[in-house]
Amino acid sequence: MRFSGFKVVKEALTGHRGWKPLWRDPAPQTHYDIIIVGGGGHGLATAYHLAATFGQARIAVLEKGWLGGGNIGRNTTIIRSNYLLPGNEPFYEFSMKLWESMEQALNFNAMVSQRGILNLCHTDAQRDAFRRRGNAMLLAGADAELLDRDGVRAMAPFLNFDNARFPIKGGLLQRRAGTARHDGVAWGYARAADQRGVDILQNCEVTGFRIENGTVKGVETSRGYIGAGKVGVAVAGSSGRVMQMAGMRLPIESHVLQAFVSEGLKPVIPGVITFGAGHFYVSQSDKGGLVFGGDIDGYNSYAQRGNLPVVEDVAEGGMALMPMIGRARLLRMWGGVMDMSMDGSPILDRTDVDGLFFNGGWCYGGFKATPASGYCFAHLLATGRPHETAAAYRLDRFARGHVIDEKGVGAQPNLH
Amino acid sequence: MTQTRLPGGLIDRNQPLSFTFNGRKLQGYQGDTLASALMANDIRLVARSFKYHRPRGIFSAGSEEPNALLTLGEGADADPNTRATVVPLREGLVARSQNHAGPLGWDLWSVNDLAAPFFAAGFYYKTFMWPRAFWEKLYEPAIRRAAGLGALSQLPDPETYDKGFLHCDLLVIGGGAAGLSAALTAGRAGANVILADEDLRLGGRLLAESDPLDDAPAADWVARAEAELRALPNVRVMPRTTVFGVYDHGVYGAVEQVSDLPGAALRQTLWRITAKRAVMATGATERHIPFRDNDRPGILLAGAMRAYANRWAVAPARGKVAIFTNNDDGHRTALDLQAKGVDLLGVIDSRTGARPFGDYPIFAGGRVTGTSGRRGLRAIRLAWNGREEELACAALGVSGGWNPNIQLASHHRGRPQWDAARLAFLAQGGPEGLIPAGAAAGEGSTHHALTSGHHAAADALRQLGLTTPAPALPRAEDRQGGAEAFWHVPGKGRAWVDFQNDVTVKDIKLAHQENMRSVEHLKRWTTLGMATDQGKTSNVTALAVMAELTGRSIPETGTTIFRPPYTPVSLSVLGGGDTGAHFRPTRLTPTHAWAKAQGALFVEAGQWMRAQYFPRPGETHWRQSVDREVLAVRAGVGLCDVTTLGKIDVQGADAGEFLNRIYANMMGTLAVGKVRYGLMLREDGFAYDDGTCARLGESHYVVTTTTSNAGLVLRTMEFARQCLWPDLDVTLISTTDAWAQIAVAGPNARRLLSRVVDGFDLSNETFPFMACAELTVAKGCPARLFRISFSGELAYEIAVPARYGQALMDRLMREGADLGVTPYGTEALSVLRIEKGHAAGAELNGQTTALMLGLGRMVSQKKDSIGAVMSRREGLAQDTRRLVGLQAVDPARPLPAGSHLFREGAARDTATDQGWITSACYSPHVGGHIALGFLEEGDTRLGEIVIAANPLQGTEAACRVVPAQFVDPEGGRLRD
Amino acid sequence: MLIPHPLLGPRDAQEFTYLGDAALLNRPDPASGTAAFCDYVYLRDNPAGTHRELWYHEYGDRSWLLVTRDTLSHEILDVRLAREVKTGGTA
Ligand SMILES: Cc1cc2nc3c(=O)[nH]c(=O)nc-3n(C[C@H](O)[C@H](O)[C@H](O)COP(=O)(O)OP(=O)(O)OC[C@H]3O[C@@H](n4cnc5c(N)ncnc54)[C@H](O)[C@@H]3O)c2cc1C
Repeated sequence: MRFSGFKVVKEALTGHRGWKPLWRDPAPQTHYDIIIVGGGGHGLATAYHLAATFGQARIAVLEKGWLGGGNIGRNTTIIRSNYLLPGNEPFYEFSMKLWESMEQALNFNAMVSQRGILNLCHTDAQRDAFRRRGNAMLLAGADAELLDRDGVRAMAPFLNFDNARFPIKGGLLQRRAGTARHDGVAWGYARAADQRGVDILQNCEVTGFRIENGTVKGVETSRGYIGAGKVGVAVAGSSGRVMQMAGMRLPIESHVLQAFVSEGLKPVIPGVITFGAGHFYVSQSDKGGLVFGGDIDGYNSYAQRGNLPVVEDVAEGGMALMPMIGRARLLRMWGGVMDMSMDGSPILDRTDVDGLFFNGGWCYGGFKATPASGYCFAHLLATGRPHETAAAYRLDRFARGHVIDEKGVGAQPNLH
Repeated sequence: MTQTRLPGGLIDRNQPLSFTFNGRKLQGYQGDTLASALMANDIRLVARSFKYHRPRGIFSAGSEEPNALLTLGEGADADPNTRATVVPLREGLVARSQNHAGPLGWDLWSVNDLAAPFFAAGFYYKTFMWPRAFWEKLYEPAIRRAAGLGALSQLPDPETYDKGFLHCDLLVIGGGAAGLSAALTAGRAGANVILADEDLRLGGRLLAESDPLDDAPAADWVARAEAELRALPNVRVMPRTTVFGVYDHGVYGAVEQVSDLPGAALRQTLWRITAKRAVMATGATERHIPFRDNDRPGILLAGAMRAYANRWAVAPARGKVAIFTNNDDGHRTALDLQAKGVDLLGVIDSRTGARPFGDYPIFAGGRVTGTSGRRGLRAIRLAWNGREEELACAALGVSGGWNPNIQLASHHRGRPQWDAARLAFLAQGGPEGLIPAGAAAGEGSTHHALTSGHHAAADALRQLGLTTPAPALPRAEDRQGGAEAFWHVPGKGRAWVDFQNDVTVKDIKLAHQENMRSVEHLKRWTTLGMATDQGKTSNVTALAVMAELTGRSIPETGTTIFRPPYTPVSLSVLGGGDTGAHFRPTRLTPTHAWAKAQGALFVEAGQWMRAQYFPRPGETHWRQSVDREVLAVRAGVGLCDVTTLGKIDVQGADAGEFLNRIYANMMGTLAVGKVRYGLMLREDGFAYDDGTCARLGESHYVVTTTTSNAGLVLRTMEFARQCLWPDLDVTLISTTDAWAQIAVAGPNARRLLSRVVDGFDLSNETFPFMACAELTVAKGCPARLFRISFSGELAYEIAVPARYGQALMDRLMREGADLGVTPYGTEALSVLRIEKGHAAGAELNGQTTALMLGLGRMVSQKKDSIGAVMSRREGLAQDTRRLVGLQAVDPARPLPAGSHLFREGAARDTATDQGWITSACYSPHVGGHIALGFLEEGDTRLGEIVIAANPLQGTEAACRVVPAQFVDPEGGRLRD
Repeated sequence: MLIPHPLLGPRDAQEFTYLGDAALLNRPDPASGTAAFCDYVYLRDNPAGTHRELWYHEYGDRSWLLVTRDTLSHEILDVRLAREVKTGGTA
C-alpha cells in the first residue's frame, strides 16, 4: 500500500477501513541469509538498504523489545553534517544527502525539516575552530556559514546578548541541518523493509551467538535458535553486552544521556541552537515542545535514566543562553543508553569472527547517521568491503593510532 | 455572584477577590482556585483542545487537569499553560485563554474539527511528501502555525529563583489522610520529617469530602494535625511543594512555590531533598469513561465535581446535573451534590445491579451514548432499559474508578503491576526506600488511608532503628469502591480518551488496525498521554481499550510508566538563578582592580577574566593598542599578569622520579635552581599540556600548566600519584590562587627587576636563562623568580603571595617609568608568542602529537612516561604534518586562523587539503600578517608558497612557509 | 547520587569527577608494548551490572576512590580509597 495525500483523503471519506498494518509480525524462520541484531534506526535502515539497494533477500531484523523503542525513539532528533575531520565529514554529508531523499524513497513522511543548526561561539579561539570546521565542511561538499554577532542576533534576537557571562561572538550555521521525527524514521524504514520482504521479529532478544571454527552460524534468541549466513550487530547502547556474547571487548562504554521536552508552546525557536559555553542545545518540535538536552551524566550506566545535577546544569545553560524560556515548563525527561566510543566516532567494521559484523559507538550522535549507517553497513554486509565514506570507521584504528577524535579529548568516553 | 455558588465550603466569604478572565472582570473568594472561581461565575468554556480546537471546560480539580490551561499574568510575567485548577485565586489575577484565533467562543481554528476525519492518528506520516521542497516552505510552516498551546512572552523572566538542599529521615509526599498520618507517626517518634504537598492547604481529598472524622468535619482534624506537626521541631511542613522526581540514593527533586506575586522576593525554590526513606502518599486520580462527544464543557470527573461542591462551594453549572459511573464512588458525588441542594437528574450506573444510596433516580445498567451543546453541555443521550432518550442536563460527572498516583514509583523505570481486584495499576519495583501508602497504594477508604500511612511510616522508621508508638487515629469512613470494569461506551462517533491531545477511541482502533499495538507504539502513533498531563486521566483507559481490541488482558497488553517530572516544572526554577552573569563563577586575577583602573578591556579565559589590552587615549582600534604593547615589550619592557597559569607544587623525596613519569621529557635530572620546558602527553600518546617545571629544592618542584588545563593536569597528576604509583613519596598541591605571577619581558626587564629585588644578583652569570630562585622583593616580601620567556625577549616571571600581586604590579610600574614600562594584555601576549613560534591552545588542541609540534625529540626514549608507549603507534609516529610559520606574501593580507592550506593551483577539496592555520596575527615585528599552522611535510617545505583558503568567508591568501620562529630564531635575546 | 566516601561519609556525586573502569589502576609494564597498552587505554568490559570504577573527589579532598556500583540500578556496593587498594595489592 502506498501512502499519499490522495489515499489519506480517500480513507478519511470511507471511514479509514482501508489502512493496513504498517508491518507484518511474521514467525521466525529457521535460517536467514542475513540477520541484523537490533531494531533501532540503524538496524532497520541496514535491512532496508540490504533489500532495496543491494538486492539481498532472506533478511531478518531481531529486536528484543518493540521496534524503535531504543535510542531511535529517545533522541533529540538533530540531523547535521557539521564535522571537522576527514574521517567523519564525508560520511555525515553522505547521510545528509540521503536524508534529503529518504521520505520519497520510503514513501513515509519522517518530517525531515531543514531549519538549520546554529552553533554559537563565545571566544576568539572557538571562532577560529569554527572557521576551520566550516571550511572543512565546505571542502567536503556540505554547506556552512560563519555568522558574526550581528548575524546571530538577526537570526535569534531572543538570545542573551546583554547580560551574558560568556558573550556571544558569533556562530557556525548549517542551513541544511535540522531535525527529523525520530519515530517516523524508525517506522518508515521498518515499513519499507517489511514491504521488501524483510522479517522484523519483535520481542526477539539475541542471547548468544553460535560460532564454529571462527565463523558465525546463527544466533540464540528468546524465540529459539535462528541460523544465519551473516550477522550484523547494531544495538547501540547494548553493544558491550551483545558483543561480549561473541567474546569481544570493545572500545566502548555505555553512558546515560538525558533529554527533555517542555509543554507545547507557540513556535519561537526557528532551528536548532547550541550553546558554546555550557551544555545546552534546543530545538522546537512541530507540536510546539522545546526539545533540549545537554551533557551526558558521565558515569557508566545501563539504567536509561539520569540524575538531577545534569538536569540543573542543562536548565542553567538554557536560562543563561535564552532567558526567555524561563516560564516554559519541563514536561518530561528521560534517558537513553549511549554507546560512547573511545574517540567519539563510530565503528562500522567486520570482526575477528567470520560473518559477524559490528556497527556501534555512535555516542549521542547516531540519529543523524541513520541513513548512511544503514547504507554503509548494508554495503559492508553485502559486498564485504567498506563504503568509501565509512572506510575510516575501523575497529583496528585504535591499535594503529588512526583515531578520529573530533573533540581532542582522548580515550575518555565521557568527555566526547 | 451567580447561582452556582453553594453554601458552606472552605472559602472565606469575607474576603472577596476580583480577577479577570479574557478581560472580563469577575469575583471570587479567598480560598478559591482560579478554576472554582470561574465555575462560580458560571464560565464553562475556558479553553480549546490542541488538535481539533474543541471547546473545553474544567475537567478536574487538581494537577491532572488536561483542559483548563490558561495564560496568567502579563508581559514578562506571563505564565502560559497554567492549570486553572491549581492556581490559588488572588486579587488582580489576570487570566487568558489560549490557542484560538479570534474570540474563544468563535475560534476560527475550529474548522479543524470539521476536517477531523483527515487528521486521524498518524495522518501526517502518510502525506505532505510531494513536492519535496514544500515541506519546509508550505506544509511545515502551516503545521507550526497551529503548534503549541500558550505562548512565551519572549522576554527574560524577571522573577527570582533559588535552590537548596534538605535532608531528612522520612520524606512524606502528600498531605492527605495517609500522608498526615505518616507524618504524625514519624514526627511523634522523633524522626526528622519533611511533609510536602503540592496543594496550598494540607488535607488532600479530606477537604473534598463530606465525611466526618471522629464525628467532626475532617478539616478540623486536618487543622489539629497540621498544628501539631508545625509545633514539632523535627518536622518541616512544606505546602505548595511538589515532589517532581525521584533520583538515585534517596534524592528527591521538589519545587516549592514561594510566592505568586510578580516582583516577590522569591518565586520558587528548587529543593534537592535527600531522604533516608519516603512515603508516597500521593493519592489517586479518577478516570473517566469515554463515550460519544464526552469532551464538552460541563462534563467533569465526578470526584472533582464533589470537590468543587464540598471544598469550594460551587456547582458545575446552573441546571440539572447527572452522574455516570461504574462504581460506588459516583454515588457519593450524587449524595454530596444533593445535600448541597443541587438539582440531580440521577445516577447512570453501568452496573446492572446497582442500587441508589439515597433518594435520587438511578439508571442501573445505563450508559451515556452522546451529548449536545456547542459551547457547553445542554443534554445527554441516555441508553437505558433498551431505550435511548435525550435528557436536558447542564453538567455530567463521570467516574470510571480511580488510578493510584504511582508516577513517582515508576521514575526508576519500575513497571507497575495490574491489580485485577482493584482494577488499578499498583507500584512495583519502585525506587528503594519509597513506600506507597493510602490511595496511592490502592487503599481507597479514609480509614485505610490513615492506617496505611501510619504503617508505612512505622515500617520506614523501623528500618532506621526507630520505634513508633501506636497512634490514636480518628474514626473514619471505610467504604469499598465496588467498581466493575466498564472502560468505554462503544458506538459511533468520537469518544475522547486523551482530551488535550484529542485522541479518541477511534484513533486507538486505527492504531490497532495498523499494527501499532504495543503501548509504546500506541502512544507515539496517536500522541496519547504525551500532553501536559502525561496521560494521568487517559493512559489506563487507553490500555484497557487496546486490550479489548486485541482480546488480551490488560497486563498482557502492557503497562504504563511515567517519567519525571510529576507535574511540569519551570525552567527558571531548574536553573535556580545560576543564570545571566551568574551562570558560572568569575575568577579575577590579583591585579584585576589595578588593570581596570588602567582602562583595560577584559576577556573571558575559562572562568577567569584577563586583561585583553590597555587602550590609551587616542587609540581608536584595538590593533593600535596591541601593536604598541607588542613593540614596547620588544623594545623596552612590558608587564603581564600571568597568574591564571596553573601552578602545582610537587614535593617529596620521589618528586623527580614522579615528574619523569608525568612529563615526556626528563625532569629528574634537572638541577636545583633550574627550569625546564616540559611536555605532557595523554596516555594515548597525544600531546596534552605544556608548561615549565622549576626545581626549587632537592625535593621541591613547581610545575606550571596552561590556564585551561590547570584543574585537569592536577587531576591527572593525582591519578598518577594515588592510582598508578602510590609507592612514590610525593605530594601535590595547587597553588594557582596562592601566588600572583607577573611576566616582566623585554630588553629592560633585568634593569627593572633589579630595582625591586632585595639584593639579588640578576646578572646573566649567576641567574642565566632558565634559572629560578626563591628570594625576597620590596624589602622582605617572599617571592619566586623564574627566568623564562614566552615572548622570546629577555624575560622573567616573578611570583609573590597573591595578596601582594597588585602592590608588586604598582611598584614595577612606578620603578619602570623611565624604562618605558608598559602593561600588556592577552592579545599582545598572543602576538608575542606567535612571533616566537610557541605552541598554545590552538596547537595543543588534543589532536596533535609531539612530532607534529616539532617536539618529537622531547619524548624521551630512555624512560617510561605517560603516553610514551602509545605515541609510537603507526598513526602517530608516521604523521607527516608539522608545525610551520606562514608569512603572508602580501603583508597586508590577513591569514585567518581556521583557513585550510593548499598547494598553489590544487583543487579545493578534502582530498587535496594539506593542513590548516592554527593561530594568526598581524606582527608588528615582521610588519605583516603571519600565522602558525600544521602543514603536510611542513618541515621540508620551507620557502614554498602555499594558499591559505577560507572559502567560508570567501578569502584566499598566498603565504610563504617559514620556520615557526619569526623573532630571533637563534635565541640570543632571551639568553643575554 | 550519593557516594559514601570512606573518610568523609556520604557526599553528593556532584562533588566528584568520574574517570571510568578501575582497570585503569593496572597500567601495563612499559616493556609490554603497544598491544598491552591498547587494551589498557581503549578496551572495556562495560558490564551491565557490577562495575568497579574510579571517581575523583575533585571538589573535596582530592582522593581517588574505587567505587563498586551496579550500572543497572546505580546501587553502590563498596567504596575504598584507590590508593589503599593499590598499596594493599588487591586491585
Ligand atoms: C537522549 C538522547 C539524545 C540524542 N540526540 C541525538 C541527536 O540529537 N542527534 C543524533 O544524531 N543522535 C542523537 N542521539 C543518538 C542516537 O539516538 C543514537 O546514536 C542512535 O539512535 C543509535 O542507533 P539506533 O537507532 O540503531 O539505536 P537503538 O534505537 O537504541 O537501537 C538498538 C536496538 O537494539 C536492541 N537490542 C539491544 N540488545 C539486543 C539484543 N540482545 N537482541 C536484540 N535486540 C537488541 C534494542 O532494544 C534497540 O531497539 C541521542 C540519543 C539519546 C539517548
